[in-house]
Amino acid sequence: MIEVRELRREFKVATSKGLRRNYKTVTAVDDVTFDVREGEAVGYVGPNGAGKSTTIKMLTGILVPTSGHIRVGGVDPSKQRRDLARRIGVVFGQRSQLWWDLPLKDSFDLLKSIYRVSAPDYRTRLDECVELLGLQEFLVTPVRQLSLGQRMRGEITAALLHAPELLVLDEPTIGLDLESKERLREFLQDINTRRGTTLLLTTHDLDDIERLCPRLMVIDHGKVLADGPLDELRAEVTPERVLVIDLTEPGPAPDVPGVTAVRSEAGGLRHHLTFRRAETTAAALITQVVRQVEVHDLAVVEPEIDDVIRKLYQRQVAQDANR
Amino acid sequence: MLAGATTNVVFGLLRLAIISAAVTAAHGEIADYDIAATNTYVWIGQGLLGFVLLWGNNELAERVRSGDVVVDLYRPWHLQGALLAQDVGRGGYALLTRLAPPMVFGMLLFPFQFPENPARWPLFLLSATIALVISFGVRFLVELSAFWLLDNRGLYGFWNVSSGLLCGLTVPIAFFPEWARNALWASPFPALLQAPIDVFLGHGNVVKLLLYQAFWAAAILAIGHFALQRAVRKVVVQGG
Repeated sequence: MIEVRELRREFKVATSKGLRRNYKTVTAVDDVTFDVREGEAVGYVGPNGAGKSTTIKMLTGILVPTSGHIRVGGVDPSKQRRDLARRIGVVFGQRSQLWWDLPLKDSFDLLKSIYRVSAPDYRTRLDECVELLGLQEFLVTPVRQLSLGQRMRGEITAALLHAPELLVLDEPTIGLDLESKERLREFLQDINTRRGTTLLLTTHDLDDIERLCPRLMVIDHGKVLADGPLDELRAEVTPERVLVIDLTEPGPAPDVPGVTAVRSEAGGLRHHLTFRRAETTAAALITQVVRQVEVHDLAVVEPEIDDVIRKLYQRQVAQDANR
Repeated sequence: MLAGATTNVVFGLLRLAIISAAVTAAHGEIADYDIAATNTYVWIGQGLLGFVLLWGNNELAERVRSGDVVVDLYRPWHLQGALLAQDVGRGGYALLTRLAPPMVFGMLLFPFQFPENPARWPLFLLSATIALVISFGVRFLVELSAFWLLDNRGLYGFWNVSSGLLCGLTVPIAFFPEWARNALWASPFPALLQAPIDVFLGHGNVVKLLLYQAFWAAAILAIGHFALQRAVRKVVVQGG
Protein backbone atom coordinates (compact mmCIF):
# COMPACT_ATOMS: atom_id res chain seq x y z
CA MET A 1 0.00 0.00 0.00
CA ILE A 2 2.79 2.40 0.93
CA GLU A 3 6.32 2.24 -0.41
CA VAL A 4 8.84 4.79 0.83
CA ARG A 5 12.51 4.78 -0.14
CA GLU A 6 15.16 7.17 1.15
CA LEU A 7 12.62 9.89 1.54
CA ARG A 8 14.01 13.27 2.42
CA ARG A 9 12.54 16.69 2.97
CA GLU A 10 14.46 19.83 3.82
CA PHE A 11 13.18 23.23 4.84
CA LYS A 12 14.88 26.58 4.79
CA VAL A 13 14.63 28.42 8.05
CA ALA A 14 15.66 32.04 8.45
CA THR A 15 18.33 32.44 11.10
CA SER A 16 18.49 36.23 11.10
CA LYS A 17 16.13 39.08 10.46
CA GLY A 18 16.49 42.13 8.26
CA LEU A 19 17.11 42.71 4.62
CA ARG A 20 19.93 40.26 4.20
CA ARG A 21 18.63 37.06 5.65
CA ASN A 22 20.67 34.00 6.33
CA TYR A 23 19.06 30.65 5.92
CA LYS A 24 19.96 27.31 7.29
CA THR A 25 18.65 24.05 6.00
CA VAL A 26 16.71 21.89 8.40
CA THR A 27 16.12 18.28 7.48
CA ALA A 28 12.66 17.35 8.73
CA VAL A 29 12.67 13.89 7.18
CA ASP A 30 16.05 12.26 6.67
CA ASP A 31 16.36 9.19 4.41
CA VAL A 32 13.28 7.40 5.65
CA THR A 33 12.55 3.97 4.19
CA PHE A 34 9.59 1.73 4.99
CA ASP A 35 6.74 -0.31 3.54
CA VAL A 36 3.19 -0.75 4.70
CA ARG A 37 1.27 -3.72 3.37
CA GLU A 38 -2.45 -3.70 2.62
CA GLY A 39 -4.61 -4.21 5.69
CA GLU A 40 -1.85 -3.39 8.15
CA ALA A 41 -2.32 -1.05 11.09
CA VAL A 42 0.83 0.92 11.81
CA GLY A 43 1.51 3.35 14.63
CA TYR A 44 3.87 6.12 13.66
CA VAL A 45 5.21 7.78 16.77
CA GLY A 46 7.85 10.22 17.80
CA PRO A 47 8.20 13.38 19.84
CA ASN A 48 6.89 16.73 18.60
CA GLY A 49 8.90 17.93 15.63
CA ALA A 50 10.19 14.45 14.84
CA GLY A 51 8.97 14.58 11.24
CA LYS A 52 5.69 12.68 11.52
CA SER A 53 3.39 15.29 10.03
CA THR A 54 5.91 16.12 7.30
CA THR A 55 5.92 12.44 6.30
CA ILE A 56 2.12 12.38 6.28
CA LYS A 57 1.96 15.51 4.14
CA MET A 58 4.28 13.87 1.63
CA LEU A 59 2.26 10.64 1.67
CA THR A 60 -0.91 12.59 0.88
CA GLY A 61 0.82 14.60 -1.85
CA ILE A 62 0.46 18.01 -0.22
CA LEU A 63 4.19 18.41 0.20
CA VAL A 64 6.76 17.55 -2.46
CA PRO A 65 9.78 15.55 -1.23
CA THR A 66 13.24 17.07 -1.62
CA SER A 67 14.43 13.65 -2.75
CA GLY A 68 13.50 9.99 -2.51
CA HIS A 69 10.73 7.81 -3.76
CA ILE A 70 7.13 7.43 -2.57
CA ARG A 71 4.31 5.29 -3.88
CA VAL A 72 0.95 5.14 -2.20
CA GLY A 73 -1.45 2.64 -3.71
CA GLY A 74 0.93 2.50 -6.69
CA VAL A 75 0.87 6.22 -7.51
CA ASP A 76 3.22 9.12 -6.87
CA PRO A 77 1.28 11.26 -4.36
CA SER A 78 2.46 14.71 -5.38
CA LYS A 79 2.03 14.03 -9.12
CA GLN A 80 -1.37 12.34 -8.89
CA ARG A 81 -2.63 14.03 -5.77
CA ARG A 82 -6.25 14.28 -6.88
CA ASP A 83 -6.56 10.64 -7.97
CA LEU A 84 -4.93 9.56 -4.75
CA ALA A 85 -7.16 11.77 -2.60
CA ARG A 86 -10.18 9.83 -3.82
CA ARG A 87 -8.60 6.61 -2.56
CA ILE A 88 -7.31 7.67 0.83
CA GLY A 89 -8.89 9.25 3.86
CA VAL A 90 -7.13 11.66 6.18
CA VAL A 91 -8.12 12.78 9.66
CA PHE A 92 -6.22 15.55 11.35
CA GLY A 93 -6.93 15.53 15.08
CA GLN A 94 -6.25 19.23 15.35
CA ARG A 95 -7.95 20.43 12.19
CA SER A 96 -11.42 20.02 10.84
CA GLN A 97 -12.56 19.01 7.40
CA LEU A 98 -16.18 19.70 8.28
CA TRP A 99 -17.93 22.97 7.51
CA TRP A 100 -18.04 24.89 10.74
CA ASP A 101 -21.44 26.54 10.28
CA LEU A 102 -23.28 23.69 8.60
CA PRO A 103 -25.10 20.78 10.21
CA LEU A 104 -22.98 17.63 10.26
CA LYS A 105 -25.24 15.97 7.69
CA ASP A 106 -24.74 18.84 5.21
CA SER A 107 -20.97 18.48 5.48
CA PHE A 108 -21.36 14.80 4.61
CA ASP A 109 -23.58 15.68 1.64
CA LEU A 110 -20.94 18.12 0.37
CA LEU A 111 -18.20 15.52 0.72
CA LYS A 112 -20.38 13.05 -1.18
CA SER A 113 -20.32 15.45 -4.14
CA ILE A 114 -16.64 16.35 -3.78
CA TYR A 115 -15.60 12.69 -3.73
CA ARG A 116 -18.28 11.71 -6.29
CA VAL A 117 -19.75 8.93 -4.17
CA SER A 118 -22.82 7.27 -5.66
CA ALA A 119 -26.08 7.73 -3.75
CA PRO A 120 -26.57 4.05 -2.70
CA ASP A 121 -22.91 3.70 -1.57
CA TYR A 122 -23.18 6.93 0.33
CA ARG A 123 -26.33 5.84 2.12
CA THR A 124 -24.92 2.45 3.15
CA ARG A 125 -21.65 3.89 4.41
CA LEU A 126 -23.26 6.77 6.22
CA ASP A 127 -25.83 4.52 7.87
CA GLU A 128 -23.08 2.21 9.04
CA CYS A 129 -21.07 5.04 10.59
CA VAL A 130 -24.16 6.63 12.12
CA GLU A 131 -24.97 3.36 13.82
CA LEU A 132 -21.48 2.35 14.94
CA LEU A 133 -20.41 5.81 16.06
CA GLY A 134 -23.80 6.90 17.41
CA LEU A 135 -24.13 10.03 15.30
CA GLN A 136 -27.91 10.06 15.13
CA GLU A 137 -28.54 12.50 17.97
CA PHE A 138 -26.35 15.27 16.55
CA LEU A 139 -26.61 14.70 12.80
CA VAL A 140 -28.48 17.99 12.26
CA THR A 141 -26.47 20.03 14.78
CA PRO A 142 -24.13 22.67 13.34
CA VAL A 143 -20.53 21.50 13.63
CA ARG A 144 -19.50 24.48 15.77
CA GLN A 145 -21.91 23.30 18.50
CA LEU A 146 -20.51 19.78 18.70
CA SER A 147 -18.31 18.60 21.54
CA LEU A 148 -14.79 17.52 20.58
CA GLY A 149 -15.72 13.87 20.97
CA GLN A 150 -18.78 14.25 18.74
CA ARG A 151 -16.80 16.24 16.18
CA MET A 152 -14.06 13.60 15.97
CA ARG A 153 -16.67 10.95 15.30
CA GLY A 154 -17.95 13.21 12.54
CA GLU A 155 -14.42 13.71 11.18
CA ILE A 156 -13.80 9.96 11.00
CA THR A 157 -17.11 9.45 9.21
CA ALA A 158 -16.21 12.23 6.78
CA ALA A 159 -12.94 10.48 5.97
CA LEU A 160 -14.66 7.14 5.36
CA LEU A 161 -17.57 8.12 3.09
CA HIS A 162 -15.56 7.40 -0.05
CA ALA A 163 -14.42 4.01 1.36
CA PRO A 164 -10.68 4.75 1.29
CA GLU A 165 -8.16 1.93 0.99
CA LEU A 166 -5.87 3.77 3.38
CA LEU A 167 -6.88 5.86 6.36
CA VAL A 168 -4.26 8.23 7.71
CA LEU A 169 -4.94 9.57 11.18
CA ASP A 170 -2.84 12.37 12.62
CA GLU A 171 -3.35 12.32 16.40
CA PRO A 172 -7.00 11.25 16.20
CA THR A 173 -7.51 10.87 19.95
CA ILE A 174 -5.88 14.12 21.04
CA GLY A 175 -7.92 15.86 23.72
CA LEU A 176 -10.59 13.17 23.94
CA ASP A 177 -11.90 11.72 27.19
CA LEU A 178 -11.35 8.06 27.98
CA GLU A 179 -14.75 6.89 26.83
CA SER A 180 -14.57 8.73 23.51
CA LYS A 181 -11.06 7.37 22.92
CA GLU A 182 -12.22 3.86 23.62
CA ARG A 183 -15.18 4.16 21.30
CA LEU A 184 -12.99 5.52 18.51
CA ARG A 185 -10.40 2.78 18.93
CA GLU A 186 -13.04 0.07 18.80
CA PHE A 187 -14.46 1.55 15.63
CA LEU A 188 -11.05 1.90 13.97
CA GLN A 189 -10.15 -1.64 14.87
CA ASP A 190 -13.41 -2.78 13.35
CA ILE A 191 -12.84 -1.08 10.00
CA ASN A 192 -9.25 -2.37 9.96
CA THR A 193 -10.14 -6.01 10.59
CA ARG A 194 -13.52 -6.21 8.91
CA ARG A 195 -13.11 -3.90 5.93
CA GLY A 196 -9.38 -4.38 5.60
CA THR A 197 -8.72 -0.65 5.52
CA THR A 198 -5.02 0.04 6.01
CA LEU A 199 -4.41 2.31 9.00
CA LEU A 200 -1.49 4.63 9.57
CA LEU A 201 -1.77 6.68 12.70
CA THR A 202 0.41 9.08 14.59
CA THR A 203 -0.22 9.51 18.27
CA HIS A 204 1.29 10.33 21.62
CA ASP A 205 -1.02 7.92 23.35
CA LEU A 206 0.51 4.51 23.99
CA ASP A 207 -2.91 2.96 24.45
CA ASP A 208 -3.84 3.86 20.87
CA ILE A 209 -0.88 1.84 19.65
CA GLU A 210 -1.45 -0.99 22.06
CA ARG A 211 -5.09 -1.36 21.09
CA LEU A 212 -4.85 -0.74 17.37
CA CYS A 213 -1.41 -1.24 15.94
CA PRO A 214 0.42 -4.53 15.89
CA ARG A 215 3.30 -2.61 14.36
CA LEU A 216 5.08 0.46 15.64
CA MET A 217 7.41 2.79 13.81
CA VAL A 218 9.44 5.24 15.84
CA ILE A 219 10.85 8.36 14.26
CA ASP A 220 12.94 11.14 15.75
CA HIS A 221 14.99 13.91 14.18
CA GLY A 222 13.71 12.71 10.81
CA LYS A 223 15.13 9.21 11.10
CA VAL A 224 13.35 5.92 11.67
CA LEU A 225 14.78 4.59 14.92
CA ALA A 226 12.82 1.39 15.17
CA ASP A 227 10.21 -0.56 13.28
CA GLY A 228 8.48 -3.68 14.58
CA PRO A 229 5.90 -5.07 16.99
CA LEU A 230 5.42 -2.90 20.09
CA ASP A 231 6.08 -5.70 22.60
CA GLU A 232 9.34 -6.65 20.93
CA LEU A 233 10.53 -3.09 20.85
CA ARG A 234 9.70 -2.55 24.44
CA ALA A 235 11.36 -5.77 25.52
CA GLU A 236 14.42 -4.94 23.49
CA VAL A 237 14.85 -1.36 24.52
CA THR A 238 13.63 -1.33 28.06
CA PRO A 239 14.08 -4.88 29.34
CA GLU A 240 13.40 -3.79 32.89
CA ARG A 241 9.97 -3.48 34.43
CA VAL A 242 9.10 -2.00 37.78
CA LEU A 243 7.10 -3.63 40.55
CA VAL A 244 5.72 -1.14 43.06
CA ILE A 245 4.69 -2.65 46.41
CA ASP A 246 2.91 -1.02 49.33
CA LEU A 247 3.56 -2.80 52.63
CA THR A 248 1.09 -2.94 55.48
CA GLU A 249 3.85 -1.84 57.87
CA PRO A 250 7.06 0.07 57.13
CA GLY A 251 10.03 -2.21 56.62
CA PRO A 252 13.00 -3.00 54.43
CA ALA A 253 12.54 -4.04 50.80
CA PRO A 254 12.20 -7.80 50.27
CA ASP A 255 15.34 -9.46 49.01
CA VAL A 256 14.65 -11.50 45.91
CA PRO A 257 17.38 -12.71 43.54
CA GLY A 258 17.45 -10.89 40.19
CA VAL A 259 15.61 -7.90 41.61
CA THR A 260 17.01 -4.51 42.49
CA ALA A 261 15.32 -2.23 44.98
CA VAL A 262 15.72 1.16 43.36
CA ARG A 263 13.76 3.42 45.67
CA SER A 264 11.72 3.39 48.83
CA GLU A 265 9.12 5.97 49.77
CA ALA A 266 6.92 6.92 52.71
CA GLY A 267 9.45 5.77 55.29
CA GLY A 268 9.64 2.24 53.92
CA LEU A 269 5.95 1.76 53.19
CA ARG A 270 6.41 1.77 49.42
CA HIS A 271 9.24 0.13 47.46
CA HIS A 272 10.13 0.22 43.77
CA LEU A 273 11.71 -3.00 42.56
CA THR A 274 13.06 -3.46 39.04
CA PHE A 275 13.34 -6.79 37.32
CA ARG A 276 14.24 -7.98 33.85
CA ARG A 277 11.39 -9.41 31.90
CA ALA A 278 13.62 -11.97 30.28
CA GLU A 279 14.67 -13.44 33.60
CA THR A 280 11.52 -13.61 35.63
CA THR A 281 7.81 -13.08 35.22
CA ALA A 282 5.80 -10.64 37.28
CA ALA A 283 3.75 -13.52 38.68
CA ALA A 284 6.77 -15.47 39.92
CA LEU A 285 8.21 -12.35 41.46
CA ILE A 286 5.01 -11.46 43.27
CA THR A 287 4.77 -14.97 44.73
CA GLN A 288 8.25 -14.61 46.17
CA VAL A 289 7.62 -11.15 47.51
CA VAL A 290 4.41 -12.00 49.36
CA ARG A 291 6.21 -14.91 51.03
CA GLN A 292 8.65 -12.47 52.63
CA VAL A 293 6.56 -9.42 53.50
CA GLU A 294 2.94 -8.53 54.05
CA VAL A 295 1.79 -6.65 50.97
CA HIS A 296 -1.10 -4.21 51.04
CA ASP A 297 -1.13 -3.34 47.35
CA LEU A 298 1.06 -3.77 44.30
CA ALA A 299 1.36 -2.63 40.72
CA VAL A 300 3.51 -3.55 37.72
CA VAL A 301 4.58 -0.47 35.81
CA GLU A 302 5.39 -0.71 32.12
CA PRO A 303 7.79 1.85 30.67
CA GLU A 304 6.00 4.79 29.07
CA ILE A 305 6.16 5.15 25.32
CA ASP A 306 8.21 8.28 25.78
CA ASP A 307 10.77 6.30 27.76
CA VAL A 308 10.92 3.75 24.99
CA ILE A 309 11.43 6.43 22.41
CA ARG A 310 14.02 8.24 24.49
CA LYS A 311 15.97 5.04 24.98
CA LEU A 312 15.77 4.35 21.26
CA TYR A 313 17.07 7.80 20.54
CA GLN A 314 19.93 7.47 23.02
CA ARG A 315 20.83 4.18 21.41
CA GLN A 316 20.89 5.84 18.00
CA VAL A 317 23.17 8.62 19.26
CA ALA A 318 25.50 6.04 20.81
CA GLN A 319 25.61 4.08 17.56
CA ASP A 320 26.42 7.21 15.58
CA ALA A 321 29.21 8.02 18.03
CA ASN A 322 30.71 4.55 17.70
CA ARG A 323 30.78 4.67 13.96
CA MET B 1 -28.01 40.37 3.85
CA LEU B 2 -30.50 43.12 4.62
CA ALA B 3 -27.76 44.99 6.48
CA GLY B 4 -25.47 44.71 3.44
CA ALA B 5 -28.07 46.00 0.99
CA THR B 6 -29.08 48.81 3.35
CA THR B 7 -25.46 49.91 3.83
CA ASN B 8 -24.95 49.91 0.06
CA VAL B 9 -28.05 52.09 -0.38
CA VAL B 10 -27.05 54.59 2.34
CA PHE B 11 -23.53 54.96 0.96
CA GLY B 12 -25.08 55.23 -2.49
CA LEU B 13 -27.05 58.27 -1.33
CA LEU B 14 -23.87 59.89 0.01
CA ARG B 15 -21.90 59.21 -3.17
CA LEU B 16 -24.81 60.37 -5.31
CA ALA B 17 -25.00 63.67 -3.42
CA ILE B 18 -21.28 64.38 -3.93
CA ILE B 19 -20.94 63.32 -7.56
CA SER B 20 -24.19 64.92 -8.72
CA ALA B 21 -23.13 68.16 -6.99
CA ALA B 22 -19.97 68.06 -9.07
CA VAL B 23 -21.91 67.29 -12.25
CA THR B 24 -24.37 70.12 -11.57
CA ALA B 25 -21.52 72.53 -10.88
CA ALA B 26 -20.00 71.54 -14.22
CA HIS B 27 -23.17 72.68 -16.05
CA GLY B 28 -24.91 69.29 -15.94
CA GLU B 29 -22.34 67.05 -17.60
CA ILE B 30 -18.84 65.67 -17.05
CA ALA B 31 -17.30 63.28 -19.58
CA ASP B 32 -20.60 61.77 -20.83
CA TYR B 33 -22.11 61.71 -17.35
CA ASP B 34 -25.28 63.81 -17.02
CA ILE B 35 -27.49 63.59 -13.93
CA ALA B 36 -29.34 60.43 -15.08
CA ALA B 37 -26.12 58.65 -16.08
CA THR B 38 -24.55 59.65 -12.74
CA ASN B 39 -27.50 58.18 -10.86
CA THR B 40 -27.31 55.00 -12.85
CA TYR B 41 -23.54 54.80 -12.39
CA VAL B 42 -23.84 55.18 -8.61
CA TRP B 43 -26.63 52.63 -8.11
CA ILE B 44 -25.13 49.98 -10.36
CA GLY B 45 -21.80 50.51 -8.64
CA GLN B 46 -23.35 50.10 -5.21
CA GLY B 47 -25.01 46.88 -6.34
CA LEU B 48 -21.95 45.45 -8.10
CA LEU B 49 -19.85 46.06 -5.02
CA GLY B 50 -21.59 43.28 -3.14
CA PHE B 51 -22.11 41.12 -6.22
CA VAL B 52 -18.49 40.93 -7.37
CA LEU B 53 -17.43 41.14 -3.70
CA LEU B 54 -14.72 43.72 -4.14
CA TRP B 55 -13.56 43.24 -0.54
CA GLY B 56 -13.45 39.63 0.57
CA ASN B 57 -13.18 38.23 4.06
CA ASN B 58 -9.55 37.06 3.77
CA GLU B 59 -10.67 33.62 4.92
CA LEU B 60 -8.19 31.65 2.81
CA ALA B 61 -5.30 33.77 4.13
CA GLU B 62 -6.41 33.05 7.67
CA ARG B 63 -6.47 29.35 6.87
CA VAL B 64 -2.95 29.59 5.46
CA ARG B 65 -1.85 31.36 8.62
CA SER B 66 -3.37 28.77 10.93
CA GLY B 67 -2.33 25.84 8.76
CA ASP B 68 -5.93 24.70 8.23
CA VAL B 69 -5.32 25.11 4.50
CA VAL B 70 -3.79 21.64 4.60
CA VAL B 71 -7.35 20.25 4.69
CA ASP B 72 -8.30 22.26 1.59
CA LEU B 73 -5.17 21.15 -0.21
CA TYR B 74 -5.55 17.40 0.12
CA ARG B 75 -9.13 17.22 -1.15
CA PRO B 76 -9.62 15.76 -4.63
CA TRP B 77 -10.22 19.13 -6.21
CA HIS B 78 -8.37 22.04 -7.71
CA LEU B 79 -8.48 24.49 -4.82
CA GLN B 80 -8.78 27.57 -7.03
CA GLY B 81 -11.53 25.99 -9.12
CA ALA B 82 -13.46 24.87 -6.05
CA LEU B 83 -13.29 28.31 -4.47
CA LEU B 84 -14.30 29.94 -7.75
CA ALA B 85 -17.33 27.65 -7.96
CA GLN B 86 -18.20 28.60 -4.40
CA ASP B 87 -17.88 32.29 -5.26
CA VAL B 88 -20.04 32.01 -8.37
CA GLY B 89 -22.67 30.29 -6.21
CA ARG B 90 -22.44 33.15 -3.74
CA GLY B 91 -22.88 35.53 -6.70
CA GLY B 92 -26.14 33.86 -7.68
CA TYR B 93 -27.52 34.67 -4.26
CA ALA B 94 -25.96 38.13 -4.18
CA LEU B 95 -27.64 38.90 -7.51
CA LEU B 96 -30.96 39.06 -5.70
CA THR B 97 -29.81 40.31 -2.33
CA ARG B 98 -27.03 42.75 -3.18
CA LEU B 99 -27.11 43.74 -6.88
CA ALA B 100 -30.85 44.16 -7.39
CA PRO B 101 -31.87 46.21 -4.29
CA PRO B 102 -29.70 49.32 -4.89
CA MET B 103 -30.53 49.27 -8.62
CA VAL B 104 -34.28 49.03 -7.97
CA PHE B 105 -33.97 51.74 -5.33
CA GLY B 106 -32.26 54.02 -7.84
CA MET B 107 -34.75 53.25 -10.62
CA LEU B 108 -37.74 54.04 -8.44
CA LEU B 109 -36.55 57.21 -6.75
CA PHE B 110 -34.12 58.92 -9.12
CA PRO B 111 -33.84 59.74 -12.83
CA PHE B 112 -32.40 56.53 -14.27
CA GLN B 113 -30.79 55.94 -17.65
CA PHE B 114 -32.26 52.68 -18.95
CA PRO B 115 -30.47 51.00 -21.85
CA GLU B 116 -31.91 51.98 -25.23
CA ASN B 117 -31.30 48.49 -26.58
CA PRO B 118 -32.86 45.70 -24.44
CA ALA B 119 -29.93 43.44 -25.45
CA ARG B 120 -27.84 45.52 -23.07
CA TRP B 121 -29.51 43.81 -20.08
CA PRO B 122 -28.16 40.30 -20.74
CA LEU B 123 -24.85 41.81 -21.88
CA PHE B 124 -24.66 43.68 -18.60
CA LEU B 125 -25.28 40.45 -16.67
CA LEU B 126 -22.57 38.71 -18.67
CA SER B 127 -20.15 41.54 -18.03
CA ALA B 128 -21.01 41.58 -14.32
CA THR B 129 -20.39 37.83 -14.13
CA ILE B 130 -16.98 38.17 -15.76
CA ALA B 131 -16.30 40.99 -13.31
CA LEU B 132 -17.14 38.59 -10.47
CA VAL B 133 -14.64 36.05 -11.83
CA ILE B 134 -11.91 38.69 -12.07
CA SER B 135 -12.74 39.96 -8.60
CA PHE B 136 -12.43 36.41 -7.31
CA GLY B 137 -9.09 36.04 -9.09
CA VAL B 138 -7.69 39.22 -7.56
CA ARG B 139 -8.92 38.31 -4.07
CA PHE B 140 -7.47 34.82 -4.48
CA LEU B 141 -4.06 36.31 -5.30
CA VAL B 142 -4.22 38.74 -2.40
CA GLU B 143 -5.11 35.90 -0.03
CA LEU B 144 -2.60 33.50 -1.52
CA SER B 145 0.16 35.98 -0.71
CA ALA B 146 -0.20 34.71 2.86
CA PHE B 147 1.81 31.64 1.81
CA TRP B 148 4.85 33.90 1.43
CA LEU B 149 4.03 36.79 3.75
CA LEU B 150 2.29 34.71 6.44
CA ASP B 151 0.54 37.87 7.52
CA ASN B 152 -1.05 39.41 4.45
CA ARG B 153 -3.16 41.96 6.30
CA GLY B 154 -1.01 44.80 4.97
CA LEU B 155 -1.63 43.82 1.36
CA TYR B 156 -5.26 43.00 2.10
CA GLY B 157 -5.75 46.45 3.67
CA PHE B 158 -3.98 48.13 0.78
CA TRP B 159 -6.28 46.38 -1.69
CA ASN B 160 -9.37 47.37 0.31
CA VAL B 161 -8.31 51.03 0.32
CA SER B 162 -7.03 51.37 -3.25
CA SER B 163 -9.52 49.15 -5.11
CA GLY B 164 -12.34 51.71 -4.89
CA LEU B 165 -10.30 54.28 -6.76
CA LEU B 166 -8.70 51.85 -9.22
CA CYS B 167 -11.91 50.08 -10.21
CA GLY B 168 -14.03 53.18 -10.76
CA LEU B 169 -16.11 53.01 -7.60
CA THR B 170 -15.11 56.34 -6.04
CA VAL B 171 -15.58 58.38 -9.24
CA PRO B 172 -16.05 57.22 -12.83
CA ILE B 173 -12.73 56.46 -14.49
CA ALA B 174 -13.79 58.86 -17.25
CA PHE B 175 -13.28 61.72 -14.74
CA PHE B 176 -9.54 60.99 -14.48
CA PRO B 177 -6.93 62.83 -16.57
CA GLU B 178 -6.00 61.13 -19.79
CA TRP B 179 -2.69 59.55 -18.62
CA ALA B 180 -4.42 57.99 -15.59
CA ARG B 181 -7.30 56.72 -17.72
CA ASN B 182 -4.88 55.05 -20.12
CA ALA B 183 -2.89 53.50 -17.29
CA LEU B 184 -6.01 52.17 -15.56
CA TRP B 185 -7.57 50.69 -18.68
CA ALA B 186 -4.30 48.85 -19.28
CA SER B 187 -4.75 47.22 -15.87
CA PRO B 188 -7.40 44.68 -14.82
CA PHE B 189 -9.00 46.98 -12.25
CA PRO B 190 -11.68 48.78 -14.31
CA ALA B 191 -12.86 45.33 -15.43
CA LEU B 192 -14.22 44.77 -11.91
CA LEU B 193 -16.73 47.64 -11.84
CA GLN B 194 -16.36 50.29 -14.49
CA ALA B 195 -16.62 47.86 -17.43
CA PRO B 196 -20.06 46.40 -16.53
CA ILE B 197 -21.33 49.92 -15.76
CA ASP B 198 -20.09 51.13 -19.15
CA VAL B 199 -21.81 48.17 -20.83
CA PHE B 200 -25.07 49.17 -19.16
CA LEU B 201 -24.71 52.89 -19.93
CA GLY B 202 -23.55 52.30 -23.47
CA HIS B 203 -20.26 54.07 -22.90
CA GLY B 204 -17.64 52.66 -25.23
CA ASN B 205 -17.74 49.60 -27.46
CA VAL B 206 -19.49 46.62 -25.80
CA VAL B 207 -17.51 43.98 -27.67
CA LYS B 208 -14.24 45.65 -26.81
CA LEU B 209 -15.23 45.93 -23.16
CA LEU B 210 -16.21 42.25 -22.94
CA LEU B 211 -13.03 41.12 -24.69
CA TYR B 212 -10.98 43.28 -22.34
CA GLN B 213 -12.73 41.64 -19.38
CA ALA B 214 -12.40 38.11 -20.77
CA PHE B 215 -8.69 38.64 -21.33
CA TRP B 216 -8.13 39.68 -17.72
CA ALA B 217 -10.35 36.93 -16.33
CA ALA B 218 -8.21 34.33 -18.11
CA ALA B 219 -4.95 36.05 -17.18
CA ILE B 220 -5.78 36.50 -13.49
CA LEU B 221 -7.00 32.92 -13.12
CA ALA B 222 -3.87 31.61 -14.87
CA ILE B 223 -1.63 33.66 -12.58
CA GLY B 224 -3.56 32.35 -9.57
CA HIS B 225 -3.19 28.77 -10.80
CA PHE B 226 0.58 29.04 -11.13
CA ALA B 227 0.92 30.95 -7.87
CA LEU B 228 -0.98 28.16 -6.10
CA GLN B 229 1.29 25.53 -7.63
CA ARG B 230 4.36 27.41 -6.48
CA ALA B 231 2.91 27.98 -3.04
CA VAL B 232 2.33 24.27 -2.57
CA ARG B 233 5.76 23.31 -3.88
CA LYS B 234 7.81 25.85 -2.09
CA VAL B 235 6.18 26.77 1.11
CA VAL B 236 5.76 25.17 4.49
CA VAL B 237 2.29 24.40 5.71
CA GLN B 238 2.11 25.94 9.15
CA GLY B 239 1.86 24.13 12.41
CA GLY B 240 3.15 20.57 12.46
